[in-house]
Amino acid sequence: MSYMTALHCRECGREYEPGPLHVCEFCFGPLEVTYDYDGMRGKVTRKRIESGPPTMWRYIDLLPIAGDDPIEMGTGFTPLLRAENLGRELGLDELYLKNDCVNPTWSFKDRVVGVAATRARELGFTTLACASTGNLANSVSAHAAKAGMDAIVFIPSDLEQSKILGSAIYAPTLVAVNGSYDDVNRLCSELAGRYPWAFVNINVRPYYAEGSKTLGYEVAEQLGWQAPDHCVVPMASGSLYTKIWKGLTELHRLGLIDEPHTRMSGAQAEGCSPIATAWMGGTMNIRPQRPNTIAKSLAIGNPADGYYALKTMQETNGAAAAVSDDEVVEGMKLLARTEGIFAETAGGVTIAALKRLVQSGVIRRGERTVVFITGAGLKTPDAVMGRLAASLDIEATVESFEAAKREVDARVSAAPATA
Amino acid sequence: MVRKRVRFTFEGDLVKDPVIWQMGRDFAVVTNIRMADVEERYGWVILEVDGEPDEIDRAIAWAETKGVRVDPITGDVVEG
Ligand SMILES: Cc1ncc(COP(=O)(O)O)c(C=O)c1O
Ligand SMILES: [Zn+2]
Repeated sequence: MSYMTALHCRECGREYEPGPLHVCEFCFGPLEVTYDYDGMRGKVTRKRIESGPPTMWRYIDLLPIAGDDPIEMGTGFTPLLRAENLGRELGLDELYLKNDCVNPTWSFKDRVVGVAATRARELGFTTLACASTGNLANSVSAHAAKAGMDAIVFIPSDLEQSKILGSAIYAPTLVAVNGSYDDVNRLCSELAGRYPWAFVNINVRPYYAEGSKTLGYEVAEQLGWQAPDHCVVPMASGSLYTKIWKGLTELHRLGLIDEPHTRMSGAQAEGCSPIATAWMGGTMNIRPQRPNTIAKSLAIGNPADGYYALKTMQETNGAAAAVSDDEVVEGMKLLARTEGIFAETAGGVTIAALKRLVQSGVIRRGERTVVFITGAGLKTPDAVMGRLAASLDIEATVESFEAAKREVDARVSAAPATA
Repeated sequence: MVRKRVRFTFEGDLVKDPVIWQMGRDFAVVTNIRMADVEERYGWVILEVDGEPDEIDRAIAWAETKGVRVDPITGDVVEG
């Protein structure tokens, strides 16, 4: 049952029909979905949710679609794992990892695109579009394939072959734009107004963004209907970060959890840190940056939701950290070594930020902390290639093997012990 | 005639230059400031620019050569 009633402007409150719109005509504020929360109360219960499918669509009542026919790809309800090894290493008593690497196209983008694609189909669109350098394009292409829609995906022409592959396999129309990042950006903003396509993060962005709330819902449900004490979330546009918090507050509004006192902290790479920089400078004025970091999936220099992310940070007594590219790689290796999870660079950013926030005393030992790992490592192999231990290259003889092994054993016993 | 909405960002001494006025004088476009926040050394303006599409593109390209950063008002739309 749908409880969506309208769209409204986050700035001036003006209401709009729930169509393919994303900015307020009057003040240019972003539009947000309006729900009938009173109507939900007593109907959207823990029991109803728990009896739903083991995917993000168990929360369908809280998502902005009109019908009951989502594009189901098995996205969501991903594992929430207790991270004892990493917790011990960092000095945290109760650390959890939300492993969103295991979605259909290996990133959390399947959540937002799932909602955008479903809503786009409801609104009569037959073409899904996006501008992307990776994860978003993968997910849009896959959803279009599943839903029998057309996909048109715009990429910068200098994108690496390995990134193109992850979209091309689903047979979208790939448009490689000869131009700078800003050129692609401007072109797609214009095309969204000109063609009858659903650009997932432009003209249907209000619906798209709501998909990220499901990460907040899931974490609370998986903790036995309790909000965590602290969340650490990677930030690009800042949407995911704000929507996880929104998800927690909605559950409380419906009486499904106690009032959340969760502190929301955000992670960025130094080479693209407009939100973290504003936070640390004590200003609400986000200054756009030109990205220069290996964490390309987080490289949004002019973040659409940056201001709202800062407000959430303030409201929840959270913090932001910006980490160097070296720390990103170390973060990826640390996560893999301690918990057996190979995350992409965004995960390295988040783990490195977690470490910083613990070391600086922002996150306290006893806080029940959840870290969001939002994309899988095979998406960004170049980041760690050449920074891992090399193989032992031997002849096919026992002697050759044992000689190599002796060398390794000697090296290990000579190395300083690590925890 | 079309209308384009963009966000201009000014940094440093550029804040003091009358770039928008000059743009309206030198190109066949009509500019309308819809929102703005300008500090001493940093500022942004949400601008509506009316004119023929090619002329708007020329005007904006010129503003960029003056050092103005020009973005769509929705923030970056290319995502990772
Ligand atoms: C892997 C990954 N994590 C996190 C994000 C952050 O998303 P948001 O733009 O909602 O801040 C993105 C995408 O932009 C991403 O690709
Ligand atoms: Zn408004």
